[in-house]
Amino acid sequence: MIPTSHYLALSLLLFTIGVIGVVTRRNVIIILMSIELILNAVNINLIAFSRMLGSVDGQIFALFVITDAAAEAAVGLGIIIAFFRNRETVLADEMDILKW
Amino acid sequence: MLDKVVFYFFAGLAVLSAILVVTRRNVVHSAIFLITALLATAGIFLQLHAEFLFAVQIILYVGGIMVLFIFVIMLVNLDVALHQVQFNRQAWLGVLLALVLGVQLAVGFLVGRTGVTFAKPSGGPLEPNTELVGRALFQNYMLPFEIASILLLVAMIGAVVMAKKKV
Amino acid sequence: MRELIEFFRPHLLPLLYALVIVAVLPLIAGYVVLVERKVMADMQARLGPMRVGPHGLLQPIADAVKLLLKEDIIPENADVWIFWLAPLLSVTAGMLALSALPFGPAFQIADLNIGLLFVVGIGSMGIFGIVLGGWASNSHYSLLGALRSSAQLVSYETAAGMALVSALLLAGTLSMATIVRVQEQKGVWFVFVAPIAFFTYLVASIAETNRAPFDLPEAESELVAGYMTEYSGFRWALYFLAEYTNMIVVGSIATVMFLGGWLRPFPNVRALDFFDYVPAVLMLGIAGYCLWRAPKQPVTVQKLFLVAVAGLCALLAAILGAPLFGVPYLSKAALHGGFWFLLKVFLYIYVFMWLRFTFPRYRFDQLMRLGWHFLIPVSIVNVVAIGVALVLHRQFGWASWLALLVTTVGTLAVAGYLAATDERHETAMVGGDA
Repeated sequence: MIPTSHYLALSLLLFTIGVIGVVTRRNVIIILMSIELILNAVNINLIAFSRMLGSVDGQIFALFVITDAAAEAAVGLGIIIAFFRNRETVLADEMDILKW
Repeated sequence: MLDKVVFYFFAGLAVLSAILVVTRRNVVHSAIFLITALLATAGIFLQLHAEFLFAVQIILYVGGIMVLFIFVIMLVNLDVALHQVQFNRQAWLGVLLALVLGVQLAVGFLVGRTGVTFAKPSGGPLEPNTELVGRALFQNYMLPFEIASILLLVAMIGAVVMAKKKV
Repeated sequence: MRELIEFFRPHLLPLLYALVIVAVLPLIAGYVVLVERKVMADMQARLGPMRVGPHGLLQPIADAVKLLLKEDIIPENADVWIFWLAPLLSVTAGMLALSALPFGPAFQIADLNIGLLFVVGIGSMGIFGIVLGGWASNSHYSLLGALRSSAQLVSYETAAGMALVSALLLAGTLSMATIVRVQEQKGVWFVFVAPIAFFTYLVASIAETNRAPFDLPEAESELVAGYMTEYSGFRWALYFLAEYTNMIVVGSIATVMFLGGWLRPFPNVRALDFFDYVPAVLMLGIAGYCLWRAPKQPVTVQKLFLVAVAGLCALLAAILGAPLFGVPYLSKAALHGGFWFLLKVFLYIYVFMWLRFTFPRYRFDQLMRLGWHFLIPVSIVNVVAIGVALVLHRQFGWASWLALLVTTVGTLAVAGYLAATDERHETAMVGGDA
């Protein structure tokens, strides 16, 4: 059986790569995709602990995380489409209407 | 032994796909590598004996969310975007801070390994997985379940309103 | 070395089944195409392919050779990697779904605990092959066709899933082989218990496989050929193979969930045991028909061919009838199970073909309206109705047939109300609908 620390290390790697994607890229869609990576890292963490502790609560939590990720992706992509219709851009640098 | 091979295969695939997601220039290529990363994560779930979540990940994440992503990518695809700068001005600082965060989490994990005492693991098998998840979801976690359905309704209405053409 | 062999031993039989399926599937898909052309010809009062081989039986081989030898064209500025990957995704999703389906009590690659969820999930992965194929072709028609096709697939996937959930509530388990065993225990196929769910699944699966009357995205006179426009030669053959594999997959799912899988009609009733002779008698009937038509053929080759087919059917009849007369080594359950399963899948696909050659095509907005305004509400109400029926039966002690009858009538009333009050637009809409 694989020790839980291996799963936590994998989860940490995916989380860090997701965070790098969020703070580094300009394209808003890729930022959203990196957020999905972060959520998946958290899910791996939850399910690894669920297996270690023998309780199904971790899997229920992961199920709710997946549900929330779906809702957030839908609304986020709707916002991107609305913004694209107005400003013709998907680059985060150019979404600066609220700046002085 | 099969356990280890499966784990390292899916873990390596997940990390490799994740790195490719954040570094590709073409958004559709990033989306395809995200699909691969999500499938690898589903494999990890299966390896952890969480079969229901394996199926849910494939149906919802890969078959639902990623289709949504690819639709939107095709709607907002700009050919000129391929030739622009991909990384923003504070990219190096961002990477450095993300790495600092990662190291902090790793140190926290290594230090806390011996200090934390978990409740005695009930250790029972999580099979039959779907039945257990279903029971817990509809008995102990009924309220969060209903709240999640209201959340999805709100998200649906919000997405429809945001994406409508203004009549 | 020995432990390596011991390690792989439990996986050898499923691997053999998988190899058989992967090897035989393209051939079967090719012959389903031939059967479709012959059925189409029959319904249009003509003969169909007759030239290549006796009665056109070598037509699929000729088609395959032609497709393999065609020039492989990749459009200019197309994304080569994704152009190469898209047909592969479609075919892989189709073939992977076949791995959880039981083709008989003894022929299943993997009896997963979550078999039904797995098959539905893999079916939803087939959408990527279409969308990426349309995008990678770098052509407006392909992209529009791909977006239309995937919108249609996503819409009808929900209705199909809900219809399967209705049957799932009756079975109580997600494992495909166990669902068939539950139908054997209860002695009734689920199509008689949940007919609305079966009808919803039938319509939704026609839309899921892009078959007429829902084939707007890939019809020849619309958008050229939709997402398949720029694919020629073997790549197009892969898409075609994926489509027919998907037909076999949805037929198998419907057979397992609703039509009793590998069970004969009335599996538990001893009085109707003479149904066990039906396979052998059917094969003998076909053999007799071939022998009767043989002298009337104009050409000697066709005469000999029909006699050969008659001989083959007689041999199959002998193999199917042998277990009933006590011949050892031939398991009745396996042989008859396989026969009944294949018969039911073939009948389901025949209904697909029948509907294709009978109804005119749905316009895209009519298609989406049917999916979202009618099928999804009806299938959701059906799930609730079957849940109510189960509660009435288990907690209030109603007879199960009475509970199901009441709830089926209720669901039909809701469906009738939806159909009657839906605003229809006879001409295509010009402005947007609100």
